[in-house]
Amino acid sequence: MKHKTFFWFFLPTALAMLLFIALPLTSVVSQSFHAPHEEVLLVSEICDPFGCATESTIDHQATEQLKKDKPLGQWVGFEIYADRNHLAFKEVAEFWQTRSSFTGFISSLNNLQFYRAMGFTLTYVIVVTPLVILFGLIIALAVNSLHRHLKGLMVFFSLLPMIVTPLVGSLILFWMIDARGIVGSGLQEIFSDPNLSLKASTGLTWVTLIVYGVWHSAPFAFIVFYAGLQTVPKETLESAMIDGASRFQQVIHVVVPHLSPLVAFVALIQLMDNFRVFEPIVGFSASAHATSLSWIIWNDIGQEIRLFSSAATTSVLTIIGVVILLLPVLIRTWREFNPEK
Amino acid sequence: MTSNQIKRPLGLQLLIYGFVLLWLILAAFPFFWTMWGSFKVELDFFSKGDWTHAISGVRTQAVYGESFTGAGYEGAWIQEEFWRAFSNTAIVCFFTVLTSLTIATLGGYALSRSGFRYSFWLLIIALVFRALPPITLVSGYLPPFYAWNIWGLLPTTIIVLVAINQPFTLWMLHSFFQTIPKELDESAKVDGCTQFQAFRYVIIPVMWPGVITAGLFSFLLAYNDFAVTAVLLSQDNQTMVPKIASFMGTTQTEGNVMFAVAAVVSSIIPLFLLVLFFQRQLVSGLTAGAVKG
Amino acid sequence: MFLRKIATVVALTTLASSAWAGCGASDGRVSIVGNEFPAIQTVGAGAMECAGGGVTVEKNLTADHQKINVPGMQGNPAEFTTAIVANSSIVALMNNDVIRPLDDLVAKHGQGLQKSQLITVDGNIMGVAFMANAQHLVFRADILDQLGIAPPTTYEEMLVAAANIRASGMMDHPVGGAYAAGWNLAEEFVNMYIGHGGEFFKPGSAEISVNNQHGEDALHMMRALSDYMNPDYLTHDSNATSAEWKAGNVALMNMWGSRVGPLKSDEVDPSVANNTDIAGPMTVGGGSTPASTLWWDGFTVSKNISDADAEATFMAMMHAIRPEMLNDETSPLAVWLIDGYQPTDAAKGVFAAAAMGTTPYPMLPYAGLMHSAAGKELVDFMQGKETASQALADLEAAYTTAAKEKGYL
Repeated sequence: MKHKTFFWFFLPTALAMLLFIALPLTSVVSQSFHAPHEEVLLVSEICDPFGCATESTIDHQATEQLKKDKPLGQWVGFEIYADRNHLAFKEVAEFWQTRSSFTGFISSLNNLQFYRAMGFTLTYVIVVTPLVILFGLIIALAVNSLHRHLKGLMVFFSLLPMIVTPLVGSLILFWMIDARGIVGSGLQEIFSDPNLSLKASTGLTWVTLIVYGVWHSAPFAFIVFYAGLQTVPKETLESAMIDGASRFQQVIHVVVPHLSPLVAFVALIQLMDNFRVFEPIVGFSASAHATSLSWIIWNDIGQEIRLFSSAATTSVLTIIGVVILLLPVLIRTWREFNPEK
Repeated sequence: MTSNQIKRPLGLQLLIYGFVLLWLILAAFPFFWTMWGSFKVELDFFSKGDWTHAISGVRTQAVYGESFTGAGYEGAWIQEEFWRAFSNTAIVCFFTVLTSLTIATLGGYALSRSGFRYSFWLLIIALVFRALPPITLVSGYLPPFYAWNIWGLLPTTIIVLVAINQPFTLWMLHSFFQTIPKELDESAKVDGCTQFQAFRYVIIPVMWPGVITAGLFSFLLAYNDFAVTAVLLSQDNQTMVPKIASFMGTTQTEGNVMFAVAAVVSSIIPLFLLVLFFQRQLVSGLTAGAVKG
Repeated sequence: MFLRKIATVVALTTLASSAWAGCGASDGRVSIVGNEFPAIQTVGAGAMECAGGGVTVEKNLTADHQKINVPGMQGNPAEFTTAIVANSSIVALMNNDVIRPLDDLVAKHGQGLQKSQLITVDGNIMGVAFMANAQHLVFRADILDQLGIAPPTTYEEMLVAAANIRASGMMDHPVGGAYAAGWNLAEEFVNMYIGHGGEFFKPGSAEISVNNQHGEDALHMMRALSDYMNPDYLTHDSNATSAEWKAGNVALMNMWGSRVGPLKSDEVDPSVANNTDIAGPMTVGGGSTPASTLWWDGFTVSKNISDADAEATFMAMMHAIRPEMLNDETSPLAVWLIDGYQPTDAAKGVFAAAAMGTTPYPMLPYAGLMHSAAGKELVDFMQGKETASQALADLEAAYTTAAKEKGYL
């Protein structure tokens, strides 16, 4: 395709992304290197319906000119990246020097919110992503082999885990997995342990979140693969059959290679979305046992006093994490672009 | 049309049906449970004493004299005028899907047919854009939107939803266009078509499975979005999901939780119709025999 | 069905709207942002009555109000002309300098206000409070009677009572508590630490000091209580705790006054609803200050708006909280600070809290940072993964990092 034709084809989407993602992104990056100016505190007398007390307040006049001159705040370089609530270089080095054993070092890392969140996030990504792809593929193959009239219904029902708004969906599931809910008490029966609770221990909370993750995302993989299956060239399948390939071999040697751009796409999106896992943690009130980088961002800007620089820093770290995670898939895509001659 | 022409052995047939049934239960059970429960009072549906109350409706019986009540639906649709949110969602979804697909189809097609390296880097940049957590983006939008006086409006939200979802749609369509052989449009160009004509007459007829799928996801995004709509829409312009959230509220006021449950159940029905309607398009395309030789 | 009642109120008032048009103002723009619980909905609906004439009234009452209020008031002119806030959240508005002093407007239009409703900073009126709230004891009278236990007045007595109930075999987990990781858990820590006589910060500075005997005692008491709670307690916010109560699984809990009404609604089994009773907050560790905090909700007026808009806004809000708005439906929704309010039975816990000299939640620029650090750093102790002093040290470190970033240290 000629450069000029490409330009016109690509212009609208590029404009949308530039305005609404690239611009905010640059401001996020710049914010992560700035912190608010130092505040001057005053002692004031504050009275409310319950009486008066002397408390601190902020003296706005003292810093008004400074804030006007430098609205971004003060330049702090990588200070926020290095602080305890992010990469915590100082603390990590200290833990390493005073470690009694390697496991002791790991468990002291767990005390720092960034590493605690990474621990869960990476486990989640590594377990959920392959399971979603596998289940999605199996469901797609199974549904695709159904009778024509059943397909439409199955497509709809398969989509349900993804389309019921997580807001209410998680409320209902949260109740279902309660020790007294239908799934919770069912599990107690199965394992004949009347004290089993999915929400009380870290391990079981992780399992719950992971099962939810697979359940919620499998429909996405399913529908993409299902659409892809519609474009499998029949001739290739037929010739494979003539060659005596078994059904399983047909799937492995014909269907999967045909779907490979879509598998790469699903892997890419799933790796990214799972790395940003957030909704189930809030929906299941699981933050005592599992947190993620997105949860930290939400926690920083969802409170009464909002930490924008901290949230911006964690956002940048999330992007870097995603890029590292995606490297293998990206290298594969790169090879496709530059096939060896 | 099934992908395998030869009759399957019975064992495999049973295995497939068994698996589909199991998946059907896993996927749909919570929804049917919710549908059943939407006719109960909150204390039955979310019974912390005995889960069988959700089936029998003990408290519903005590309050309404029968074990089913339409109070949730009446509350949501009549008293709380849920239809306003419903029509706002319809507007947002329609325009988001339309705009998203139009610009991403062009872009995704161009990316899949351009052999130059910059198209690879453009894809990577789009991917990096998508890595930014939406919460961060949304809080960054607020100051300019307030300054330009466009906060709270439906068009603002539509544009933001289109833009935020562009990387995803672009990648998905790019991947789909890759599964369509390049020979198709190249032979058209050899026959004297311009690139756009090749796209118009050769690619468009076969791209529907991919476009419908991408459209489905754009639609679901707009339909289910909470991060953007909760913060960018004013109360009068609320779409369904923030409206449902406001039924529950932070304090989950008595009775209103069931408005939310009833609203969720009703919000699924249009999706049901939509999927059934587009199901034929989803399986059209190359199977129609567009590629020969 | 609260919203239905509000709907009727609104319907009635739209009929009468011409009577209120402008509420005394001839023109101006009123735009309200605030939280969405029932009492605030009532106030919002009241202000909406003033629409008409040259006055426009809009409201955005949403759980996300804290995300939109500051940016929406920073522009000039501000999108929102008034924000409804609590003592913890007015701080964010003051920190960003987006609200104006109300002295002139109070002098001109605030005749109906009681002096105690005014929130003043160094004598300047910054907000007008209209309701109060506090956490206090909720108990099951039938169960305590059966075992011959008096309602506990201290947390130590609560532990004894809980042990008795468990020993009697009536309930396995007799204590309820909103101990969900995050804001709720931190709030319980704040209560318990104040009850032990602790001070959060070194006087006059933003330097935190909670890693002390008071802090450890507070944590150990929370841990002791959690032994009597549902094992999922770290996921239970006040909604989930209320649900446990309604199901009859819990006999004692420390709960918000505003949440007591629904515990006795028609939908709840009468054996639970009729035996739900309340008392003042408990003390702990031999202290005399209750282990609880007092809260108010009130309104503020934006700084970046014209005087006409500010005046119209103030008048509309004054209309919304005028004494005549109190009736059989609105009175039970909150403990109103409005003149002429007749306390309902559900309000006696909050009144007892005020009478016992409960401390208000600290209105400090950096209290919120301490609160969110506590919400995430104390869970390790509650789960038995680290010692109390280690958890408190983590809290201090996490807070200090955040406070440095914000420029408070």
